[in-house]
Amino acid sequence: MTMVPAIELRGVSKRFGSVIALNNIDIKVKPGEVHCLLGDNGAGKSTLIKILSGVYHPTEGKIFVAGKEVQFRSPRDAGDRGVATVFQDLGLIPLMSITRNFFLGREPVKGVFPFRRFDKEKANDIARRAMANVGIHVRDPTQAVGTLSGGERQSVAIARAIHFGAKVLILDEPTSALGVHQAAMVLKFVIEARLKGLAVIFITHNIRHAYPVGDCFTLLNRGASQGTFQKSDITRDEVLSIMSGGEDMEAVEKDIELLLETIK
Amino acid sequence: MTETGHVSPPKGITPKKRLGADERLARASFLTRLLRRPESGVACGLIATFIIFALLPGAESLYSLQGSMTFLTLAAELGILAAAVSLLIIAGEFDLSIGSMIGFAGVVIGLSVKYLGFPLWGGIASAFAVAVLTGYFNGLIVVKTKLPSFIVTLASLFILRGLSIGITRSVTGRTQIPYILDDVPDPWVASIFNGHVLRGLFHWMGEVGWIAVKSDGTPFVSGIPMSIMWWLVITAIAGWILTETRFGNWIYASGGDPVVARNIGVPVSRVKITLFIASACAATLLATIQVMEAGSADTVRGSLKEFEAIIAVVVGGVLLSGGYGTIYGAALGALIFGLVQMGIFYTGIDTDWFKVFLGIVILVAVLVNNYTRAKALGERASS
Repeated sequence: MTMVPAIELRGVSKRFGSVIALNNIDIKVKPGEVHCLLGDNGAGKSTLIKILSGVYHPTEGKIFVAGKEVQFRSPRDAGDRGVATVFQDLGLIPLMSITRNFFLGREPVKGVFPFRRFDKEKANDIARRAMANVGIHVRDPTQAVGTLSGGERQSVAIARAIHFGAKVLILDEPTSALGVHQAAMVLKFVIEARLKGLAVIFITHNIRHAYPVGDCFTLLNRGASQGTFQKSDITRDEVLSIMSGGEDMEAVEKDIELLLETIK
Repeated sequence: MTETGHVSPPKGITPKKRLGADERLARASFLTRLLRRPESGVACGLIATFIIFALLPGAESLYSLQGSMTFLTLAAELGILAAAVSLLIIAGEFDLSIGSMIGFAGVVIGLSVKYLGFPLWGGIASAFAVAVLTGYFNGLIVVKTKLPSFIVTLASLFILRGLSIGITRSVTGRTQIPYILDDVPDPWVASIFNGHVLRGLFHWMGEVGWIAVKSDGTPFVSGIPMSIMWWLVITAIAGWILTETRFGNWIYASGGDPVVARNIGVPVSRVKITLFIASACAATLLATIQVMEAGSADTVRGSLKEFEAIIAVVVGGVLLSGGYGTIYGAALGALIFGLVQMGIFYTGIDTDWFKVFLGIVILVAVLVNNYTRAKALGERASS
C-alpha cells in the first residue's frame, strides 16, 4: 500500500535532562487504521502521547502529518491540524450540558452585535447528530455531562473530536477506568471512527481491549519500541509476552507458585 | 427489552445497558424537572417566607403598596450587586472588596463634585473609571498570581476602605461629604438614579382611589423607584449574557474546570478579569444610587455588603465553588433578603433576631441546593 500515513513519527526521542523517556520511536498510522500503543507503566506511553498531541516537543526526530513535516506549538495547534487527543480527563466539564461542552470555545453564534448570541437550537441539533454519528442517541443534549456514564462521556469527547475535523484521533487509555460493558461501548466508537477513515492511535496497557480493534500494535518498553506488528503476524499471547518483558512474567508466575506452596 | 421508539439499535458490539439518558428522561416528570432547576430551592424558600410573614401581625403594612416598595427597594439594592457577584462566583472567583468599593465610589463622586468642581455626570464617570481600574487590578492579580481571590480581594477590601476614610478625612476633615447635589450644573443626572418611573400611572391610580393618597391628593408611592428598574434591567442583561451568549458559556466553563476550559481554548483569564470589573461597576452603580438619594457620601457605606451579596447568590442556588447556578436564583435570594429585613421590621419582631433568621435561611438554602444539585446530576458524583 502506498497510502500516505495520516501521521508519522520518525526517530522521535525525548530526554528530560539525563533521563531518556523515549528513544528513537518510529510510528506510521494510515487513514482507516487503528494503531495500538501498548506498554506497561513507565514504558513511555504518556510521553509519547504528549508529543503526539503537542504538549511536549521531541528532543530529536520529526513528525509528519499527511506527509508534511510539522511542529505542534500546543494541543490547540495540533487540533487545528487535524490531530485531536482525547485525554483521560476527556476535556469535559461535568456540571455543563452535553451541548455546552461539545461547542465550548467554538460556539456557533447568530444575530449581530450587541445581540449576538449562542445559537443553542443549532448547537443542540449538531451535537445530537454528531453523537448519533458515533452510535449514541441522546434525546436531551441539554443534560449535564456529569449525569452520563464513563462510556457515554468518552462518546461525547470522541464525537466532538470527529465533528471538529480530526483526521487523527488519539485516545489515551479510554477504557482503563471503565467496566466491561462501558469498555465495549468505547471499543465500538473506535471502530466507528476507523470506518469513517480516521487514523486512530489507541493507547492502553490492556491487551484484551486493544487486540480486538487494533490493526497493528507497537509495543513500548522502557522508552524504546519493541517493534511494530500487524495483527496477522502476532497472537494475543505473543503481544502480552513481549509487553511484559516475556521471561519476567514467567519468573513472576514461578515466584507466586512457590509462595502459594509455602503458605499451604 | 424495552424499545424506546425512534432509537435505532446500535450496530456492532451492543452494550448490555442502553444509553440510560433516554429512559431516565422519559420518566422525569414535569415537577422533577422543575425541581432540578438551580432556582427551585430559593423559590420554595421565598414562598415559605411570604407565607410566614402573611400569617404574622403587621402583614397588611408589609404587603401594602408602600411596604412592598420598601422591601423591593432593599432587594433591588442588594440584587444589583448579586447579579454581578453571581456571574463572578459562577466563574469561580470571589470579590470581597465590593462593599468597600461602594464607599470608595461614593467618596470619588463626592470629592470630584464638591472639591474638583466636576459636573455630576463627570463625578459619576470618574467613579466608574476608578471601578474599572480596581476590578481590573483585582482580576489581574488573581489570574497572574493564581492566589485565591478570597485573599486578594480581602486585601482590596481594607485598602479601599482605608483610602476612602484617609482621603476624605485629609481633604474635608470629616468622614462624610454632605450636600453633594447642591449647586450642580446638571441635577437631572441624579434623577436617572433616584427618580421614580410610571409617576403618571401612580398619580392616576391615586385619583381613581386604587392606592392610598396623602391629604394633598398625591399618592404615598409616587412611582416605581429607579433602583428597582436598574435591578430588573441588570438582572435581565446578566441573565441573558450567562445563558444565551458564548461569553456565558465561557463563564460556566471557567468556574466548572478552568484547566479544561483553558486547554480547549477558552480565554479564562479574560473572562475572570472582565467579571471582576463588572462586580466593581455594580458596586459603583449602587453607590451612585445611594449618593443621589441621600445627597451625601459616607466613607462607611457598603460595609458587609459583600457578604450580603454572597449570601443572596448562594441562597439563590449558585454553587460556591463555581460552575453552576443562575442569575434569577440570585435575584430571588436578594428578594428573600429584602423581604425578611422589612418583614421583621413591620411585624415588630426584635431586629436582633434578623441575623439569627438569616443564618438559618442560609443553612437551609445551602442544604436544599446541595440536594437539588445532586438531583440535577442524576445523583452521580461530579468527579
